[in-house]
Amino acid sequence: MSLQATSSQTVGPYFSIGLTRLKQDSLAGPGVSGGRVTIEGRVLDGDGMAVPDALVELWQANASGKYAHPEDNQNKPLEPGFTGYGRIPTDDNGKFRFATIKPGQVPGPDGKTQAPHIAVSVFARGLLRRLVTRIYFPDEPGNAGDFVLNLVEPARRDTLIAKNIPGQAGTLEWSVILQGPGETVFFDCGM
Amino acid sequence: MANIAGYRRPYPGTQPNHLHPTYVSSIKRAPSKPLVYMPHTLTEVTGPVFGKQSIDVKACDLTRQSSGEALGERIIVSGRVLDENGRPVPQTLVEIWQANAAGRYLHKRDQHDAPLDPNFTGCGHALTDDEGRYRFVSIFPGAYPWGNHYNAWRPCHIHFSLFGPAFATRLVTQMYFPGDPLLPFDPIFNCTADEKARNRLISLFDWETTIPSQALGYRFDIILSGREATPMEK
Repeated sequence: MSLQATSSQTVGPYFSIGLTRLKQDSLAGPGVSGGRVTIEGRVLDGDGMAVPDALVELWQANASGKYAHPEDNQNKPLEPGFTGYGRIPTDDNGKFRFATIKPGQVPGPDGKTQAPHIAVSVFARGLLRRLVTRIYFPDEPGNAGDFVLNLVEPARRDTLIAKNIPGQAGTLEWSVILQGPGETVFFDCGM
Repeated sequence: MANIAGYRRPYPGTQPNHLHPTYVSSIKRAPSKPLVYMPHTLTEVTGPVFGKQSIDVKACDLTRQSSGEALGERIIVSGRVLDENGRPVPQTLVEIWQANAAGRYLHKRDQHDAPLDPNFTGCGHALTDDEGRYRFVSIFPGAYPWGNHYNAWRPCHIHFSLFGPAFATRLVTQMYFPGDPLLPFDPIFNCTADEKARNRLISLFDWETTIPSQALGYRFDIILSGREATPMEK
């Protein structure tokens, strides 16, 4: 049997009434181990204008590099209460902010590991399909050999790597530029 | 170690392009550069799991979220969530939101001059059962005007958000109603090139789920990406 996946449609301008219930901007409760990090940024359109009606969703492994999902059968610890899922609507200035722990390395193709990363979906009015991207971490030796980063032309890889903020230890900046100069790299992930 | 099996990619034409100029909001928000093709890794074949503890079992009835009765024509919206291989997607979260019977959303930015209903929020959620079935009781949503072009009206619709088993299967879509005269004029509905795929967004009137003297039934089945049959080897 072979069916075709249902077509995507935009979340539109009013998604917050349906999707805010699961808002999650704190991905790691007190019992979860790992290096704490806060990531903040903005979603901007092709004119550099803030997108106040975007939704950022996150998916990440824990500090050991294990996903809270039945298909991750690695023999690694998984704290109860850690889901790895985040959902943050942008505010009136297009800003979003979340607190989490830095994920560990997870398996990649050909027996290699992937550098620490967070998978991101962006939804908004005007986006007929979600946009898929990733957040990587600065000063991370594994970035150079990362399978997914190496799919991207070198000049654009910086759009996927969060930046240190001078004077703000523990906080990183990562923004989504939907279009134009500095456009964030988006992936064809299927749906 | 063998590489893992990914999820199937959409059949050409069955998913919208990001840029669809007749939908004006896409013009400044669609990426201008081609997407970078990404084979699925463990990150994409896993995804958030929402269990029964994250569900309010009463949230599937949007007509009973208040002590008073929601206004409008009661409807039953039900269907199955399947994957492209025809297998049910069990225990997956379905979230919905919609306008009320007058075509107004309970949202601060909705300025349409139509009344709010104090007994209707327009949002609900449910988990599919072991056979992938879901069922909502709601109110037939009204059409409403929007600023996309002169005399633009959105056809009646309900927004659906689904997760499926993996990051790669995430889907947000809209369900429409049969015979809606606004459908041919709606740039959002028409953003999908493939006519059959487009028309699968239109629910079917369903005698089987219609309740006598109570509510009309509409059926809307949703298909999520299915798994590739065999692991991909280089």
